[in-house]
Amino acid sequence: MRRMPEPILEVRDLTVHFYTYAGIVKAIERVSFDVYKGETFALVGETGCGKSVTSRALTQLIESPGRIVGGKVIYHSDKGPIDLLKLREEEIREIRGKEIAYIFQDPHASLDPLYQVGYQIAEAMVVHNTVKDLKEGLQRALSILKRVLIPDPESRIKNYPHEMSGGMKQRVVIGTGLTNNPKVLIADEPTTALDVTVQAQILDLMNKLKRDYNTTLILITHNMGVVAEMADRIAVMYAGKIAEIGTAEQIFKNPLHPYTQGLLKAVPNPMKRIERLDAIPGTVPNLITPPSGCRFHPRCPFAKDICKQKVPELKEIEDGHFVACHLY
Amino acid sequence: MKLEPILQVRNLKKYFPVKGLFFTKGHVKAVDDISFEIRRGETFGLVGESGCGKTTTGRTILRLIEPTDGEVIFQGKNIMELKGDEMKWFRRKAQIMFQDPYSSLNPRQTVFEVIMEPVRFHGIHVDDPEEFVIKLLESVGLNEMHLYRYPHEFSGGQRQRIALARLLALRPEFIVLDEPTSALDVSVQANILNTLKDIQREFGFTYLFISHDLGVVKYMSHRMGVMYLGKLVEVGPSDEIFEKPLHPYTQLLLSAIPVPDPELAKELKAKRMKVEGEPPSPINPPSGCRFHPRCPFAKDICKKQEPPLMEAEKDHYVACWLYSKA
Ligand SMILES: Nc1ncnc2c1ncn2[C@@H]1O[C@H](COP(=O)(O)OP(=O)(O)OP(=O)(O)O)[C@@H](O)[C@H]1O
Ligand SMILES: Nc1ncnc2c1ncn2[C@@H]1O[C@H](COP(=O)(O)OP(=O)(O)O)[C@@H](O)[C@H]1O
Ligand code: SF4
Ligand code: SF4
Ligand SMILES: [Mg+2]
Ligand SMILES: [Mg+2]
Repeated sequence: MRRMPEPILEVRDLTVHFYTYAGIVKAIERVSFDVYKGETFALVGETGCGKSVTSRALTQLIESPGRIVGGKVIYHSDKGPIDLLKLREEEIREIRGKEIAYIFQDPHASLDPLYQVGYQIAEAMVVHNTVKDLKEGLQRALSILKRVLIPDPESRIKNYPHEMSGGMKQRVVIGTGLTNNPKVLIADEPTTALDVTVQAQILDLMNKLKRDYNTTLILITHNMGVVAEMADRIAVMYAGKIAEIGTAEQIFKNPLHPYTQGLLKAVPNPMKRIERLDAIPGTVPNLITPPSGCRFHPRCPFAKDICKQKVPELKEIEDGHFVACHLY
Repeated sequence: MKLEPILQVRNLKKYFPVKGLFFTKGHVKAVDDISFEIRRGETFGLVGESGCGKTTTGRTILRLIEPTDGEVIFQGKNIMELKGDEMKWFRRKAQIMFQDPYSSLNPRQTVFEVIMEPVRFHGIHVDDPEEFVIKLLESVGLNEMHLYRYPHEFSGGQRQRIALARLLALRPEFIVLDEPTSALDVSVQANILNTLKDIQREFGFTYLFISHDLGVVKYMSHRMGVMYLGKLVEVGPSDEIFEKPLHPYTQLLLSAIPVPDPELAKELKAKRMKVEGEPPSPINPPSGCRFHPRCPFAKDICKKQEPPLMEAEKDHYVACWLYSKA
C-alpha cells in the first residue's frame, strides 16, 4: 500500500528565536521533518509549542523581534530543489502565496471589513500580477466562490464580510489561498473559530479541493479529532521541539513519546465512556529558560537522570516512526 | 433512581432588543420558552453551537440577567421574587464560573484576598482565615505556597483553580460552569475536569455544565440538554443521547464531531449526516420547528407548527414531530 514517498519539503534543524525584553524566547529549536507530495501533514501540540512559528518560518515569514537563527528548508520545486531560507526577499515572495500559500485561523482578520469580498479577491490578484486587470480579477473571484461551494455566488461576491457567516468567510479565505493553485497549502487552525457542524463542512471542502488540485496540505491544529480525521502523517510538538513523527496510525495506535501518550489520554473521546481522564501533571514550560535536557522531563512520569542532562535526538524506531526520547 | 430537583426552569424566555436608528427593530430571541429541571447532585450538561443561548440560559437562571418571562424555582423558592436577605442567600448558594481565566480575578489582590473577599461580604465567620484558605487551595490542587501571590503569576489553568477555590469558600450548592475549560489546553483541561468531579463528590455539588465541546460534556454530565436557536430540542440521560440521539439536530451535531481515533473517524465520516448551511439568525427564527429549513426529515407540519418537548422514552424528551404519537 505504501508508495515511495517523494518529499516536497525537507526541513532540517530549523531554529527561531525571539529577542524580547524579558529574554530570548527559544520558540523552536532544531526542528526537522519531511513533507511528502500530496499528503496531509499535521503539526499538533498545545498552545505556544511552536506550530505557527514553524509554519511561518518555512517561507521566512518571521518578523522582528524574531529571527531564523539556523536550519534549512529544501523545497522541491518544478525547477529543482531550493533552500527557501537562502532566498532574498524578492525571491521568496515569488514563492510565498503562489507555490506555498497560507490560510490563517481567524477569518475575520483575513478579510478587510471595508471592501466587498469579490473586490478584495480581485485586488489581491492584481497586486500579485496573476490577472491583468480588476475585471478579470472579479471573474476569477466568482469562479473561486463557486469552487468553494458558496451558494448564490453572483450575489455573494458583492457582500461585505460582516454580511457573511463565519463558515462562509472561511470558505472565501480558503478559496483565496487556493487562487494560484499552490503546490503546498499551509492551514493554521482553519476551523478553530468555527462550530462543529460548520467545521465538518469546511474539512470536507478542504479534502475535496486537495484531491481536485493535487495540493499538499500542512495542517496545524491542537484538535486531536481533526487530526485523526484529516492527517496522513503527524508531527507532535512540545515546547518548541518535535517529540514524535509518524503515520496517523502509528501516532494514535502506538504513541511512543510519553508526551504523545499523555496528550491522547487527556482528550475526552465523545464516543467512549471514560471514568477518569489521565491528566499530564504540571504546565508547559516558558521558552526563555526551557528545562535542560529533554524539555518534557519535569512532567514526564518516566524521566531518568540522563533526561535532565542530554537533549534526546529524533530516532527512527520503526519504518517512518521517529521519536525523541531516551527510553528508546 | 430519580433524584429530587434542586432547580426547575419553567417557560423561561429572554429576548434582547435589537436597536434600529429610532425604533427597536425586533428582538433576539436568545432563550425562547424553555423548561427543564436540574436534580440534586447531578451534572446537567447544556450543549449547542455558538449563539444558541447557552450562556443566556445560565445567567438568567442565576438572575444575573432579568428574564423576559418564566420562572426559576430553586429549592422551592421562585428566585424572580426573592428580595433582601433571601436574595443574598441565593447569591451564596448558587454560583457561576466563567470561561475566561484572565479577566475573572482582580489583578491587585493576592490569592488570599481574592478568596476571602466574598467570604467577608457574605458575613461568613471563619476562625482561622489562613488555615481556611489553605484548605480550599488544597482541595483544588494548589497549596499554601500560592497564598500571597498575585493572579498574573499564575497560568490559565491555575487561575481557573483560584476562581474555583473562591466559589467553594461560600459553600454553594449549585454552580453554573460556563465553558470553564474552553480557554485551556487539553492537558490542563483534563486536570480541571477531574478536580471538578472530585469536589462534586466531596461536597455534593450540583452543576450546570455549559460547553460546546461534546467530548467534555459526555465526560462530565449525567443528563444533558441540547439547544438550537433558543430552544431546548432534546433532554435526557447523556449516555443515552450519545448512544441514540433522537432529535435530527442532535444527530447532526454528534455526527459532526471529529473523533480522536483514525479508524473510527473513517467509519463515522462515511455515515456523517450531510446538512448544508448554518444556523439562521435568532432575530427572525424559522416558523414551526426552527430546524426545518436544514432538516432532512422535515414534513409539512414542521413548517407550520412548533413541536413541543415530549417524553419519547423514559425520562428522555425530544421536540420533534417524528416522535409525536398523535
Ligand atoms: N512576536 C513574538 N515575540 C515573542 N515571542 C513570540 C512571538 N511570536 C511567538 N512567540 C513565542 O514563540 C513560541 C511559539 O509560538 P507559536 O505561535 O508558534 O505557538 P503555536 O504552537 O502556534 O500556539 P497556538 O496553538 O496558541 O497557536 C511561544 O512561546 C510564543 O510565545
Ligand atoms: N446582552 C445582549 N444583547 C443582545 N443580544 C445578546 C446579548 N447577550 C446575548 N445575546 C444574543 O443572544 C443569543 C444567545 O447568546 P448566548 O446565550 O451568549 O449564546 P451561547 O452561550 O450559546 O453562545 C445570541 O444571538 C447573542 O448574540
Ligand atoms: S527523554 Fe526522558 S523525560 Fe523526555 S520524554 Fe523521554 S523519558 Fe520522558
Ligand atoms: S420537527 Fe420536523 S423539521 Fe423539526 S427536527 Fe423534527 S422532523 Fe425535522
Ligand atoms: Mg498558532
Ligand atoms: Mg456562551
